[in-house]
Amino acid sequence: MEPTLTKSPLLTGAPAAILLKNTPMIKLLDIEKVYHTDTIETVALNRVNLTINKGEFVSVMGPSGCGKSTLLSLMGLLDEPTGGTIEIDGRAVTSYSDKELARVRNHKIGFIFQSFHLINDLSVLDNVELPLLYRAGMSGKERRQRAQAALEKVGLIARTKHFPSQLSGGQRQRVAIARALAGAPEIILADEPTGNLDSVMGDEIMDLLLGLNRQEGTTIVMVTHDENMAHKTERLIRFFDGSQVS
Amino acid sequence: MLFSYLKLAWKVLLRRKFFTFISLFGIAFTLMVLLVVVAMFDYTVGAHYPESRLDRMVFANFLHVKFKDGGNMNTPLSYHLLDKYVRTLRTPEKVAIASNFHATPSYVGNRKLDLDLRYTDATFWQVLDFNFREGKAFQEADVKAAAHVAVINRTTARQYFGTETGVVGRTIVVNQTNYRVQGVVDDVPAMRFCSYADVWVPITTSPDDLQHVQLNGDYLAIILAKSSGDVPAVQAEFERAMKRVPLPDPKGMDYLDLHADRLMASFSRQLMSPLTEYKSDGLELLYPILAGLALLFMLLPALNLININVSRIMERSSEIGVRKAFGATGGKLVSQFLVENIFLTLIGGILGLSLAYVALQLISGSDLLAYARFELNWQIFAWALLVTVFFGVLSGVYPAFKMSRLQPVQALKGSGK
Repeated sequence: MEPTLTKSPLLTGAPAAILLKNTPMIKLLDIEKVYHTDTIETVALNRVNLTINKGEFVSVMGPSGCGKSTLLSLMGLLDEPTGGTIEIDGRAVTSYSDKELARVRNHKIGFIFQSFHLINDLSVLDNVELPLLYRAGMSGKERRQRAQAALEKVGLIARTKHFPSQLSGGQRQRVAIARALAGAPEIILADEPTGNLDSVMGDEIMDLLLGLNRQEGTTIVMVTHDENMAHKTERLIRFFDGSQVS
Repeated sequence: MLFSYLKLAWKVLLRRKFFTFISLFGIAFTLMVLLVVVAMFDYTVGAHYPESRLDRMVFANFLHVKFKDGGNMNTPLSYHLLDKYVRTLRTPEKVAIASNFHATPSYVGNRKLDLDLRYTDATFWQVLDFNFREGKAFQEADVKAAAHVAVINRTTARQYFGTETGVVGRTIVVNQTNYRVQGVVDDVPAMRFCSYADVWVPITTSPDDLQHVQLNGDYLAIILAKSSGDVPAVQAEFERAMKRVPLPDPKGMDYLDLHADRLMASFSRQLMSPLTEYKSDGLELLYPILAGLALLFMLLPALNLININVSRIMERSSEIGVRKAFGATGGKLVSQFLVENIFLTLIGGILGLSLAYVALQLISGSDLLAYARFELNWQIFAWALLVTVFFGVLSGVYPAFKMSRLQPVQALKGSGK
């Protein structure tokens, strides 16, 4: 029998992750990604089979160019695989239309990027509200409240009116995390979230992610170059030349 | 969401001031030219003084004769033809007959004034809405009696008598003939070919033999239908009446072509005759040609703007990637960038409108066309708005579409550049 997703009142207080551990959240089946240029064909991922369960915190490591960022892009439906099937929460999404993919990204997934990718012309609050803009039927008031709650979680409620250029690197990444959280996604995909930060700020960000995983049961996949960070997560996957090696 | 788009659009405009200036200049200049053309067009063929009931009017001002040897003749009409076949129509409310205007010498002391003189019947004053500053129009009795009375415009009053007031009852000498001024009206712009003149006098004072039986002459008819919906009935009766006009030379002439056209169609019938060979009024060709020219005129700056927009939008590749990653569909992104572009073009539109206003003032002030006082009105403003939005969509839709097709991962890497 499949474990249920609903939290029973009797179990309130128990780490949500434990309840969900054996249900696949992201499933990659025979995934291939080949990049074509005029002259060369580069295999970025070679028949990858991988399951990330609900509530897991997985880190992905490997040398540059091994395909780990490609893997993350495919999991986040930011790119299409050349072959194979991707399942998110039990549904094969490979044949989804642009609209359906956008809906899955909006409701289920939150992204954190190494270079933050904040929109410099928008205030901190507007940046965090961004995912909610694409949610049908949500009022401006609710958007604002949810964005403020997300900023509260990352400790930046005092900076709502600031612009990204007025913040430090660590603060920017926290804004990016708040943006990823605003839509209350079940999955967070983080591509080297601490890569542009010094170790103190990196630790702060890592603590935030660990807290999210433990307290809210959010499934997190994090690409990193940092062994220390990777060892803080439950599972470590290593990639080499487009294939999973451990 | 719209407010958020507009806020962002404003910031993006301020961020790249030089691009913004180039874009706005292109839009404003194009729109200015289009608006000036539209204003002049509207001024010439729109319902304006003294042809304010234009929706009820049709004009018969040209006759086309086709000869059996393949030759053509175009000529204004004779008074006889209009009096016998047009004035007797039953469907119109009124039929006015007038001559074309001709420059006629007049002297104030030693100074020569070239006054445009038109001979009209009394109905002319009922069909058209002249603003009388003083006095009144001449009446049926004056026309019957061939009374030497005249209606003059304000400029003529000022130039001839040195004043615009108190000239009724005074004598003006035009073409060595004395006329007693009976009324003074506001100036009529020269583009109003069927009503414009400096001096209007009874048709019966014309040196022409009005009853001479012939086809060609120097006259036109302005026909007022009872309502705008009645115009087709008037035209149909007119066509039937024209079929009864006998050919004066059946051996040499093949057929006559004479129509009661709306103002625009009466221009178009002549203008488009090389293409239509008088088989229609040519509006079905003229409008697409005008629209095509306007489109072509807009296309060049639009292409330029598309180019600028492509680089502008692609600079924001990372933003596009982020928006896609967080759930924006291609359609949402296209609408966001269209809103931004329409916002930009609306600013350009306002600038263009202001420039057009200045240009029209300059053209009016230069007296290039007699008594022309070009003005912008709500109708033109609505046109401007329509053209601007069209321009905005035209120049924004391709870059927006191109950008919306990017895979989010490409956009995030900035490979859309």
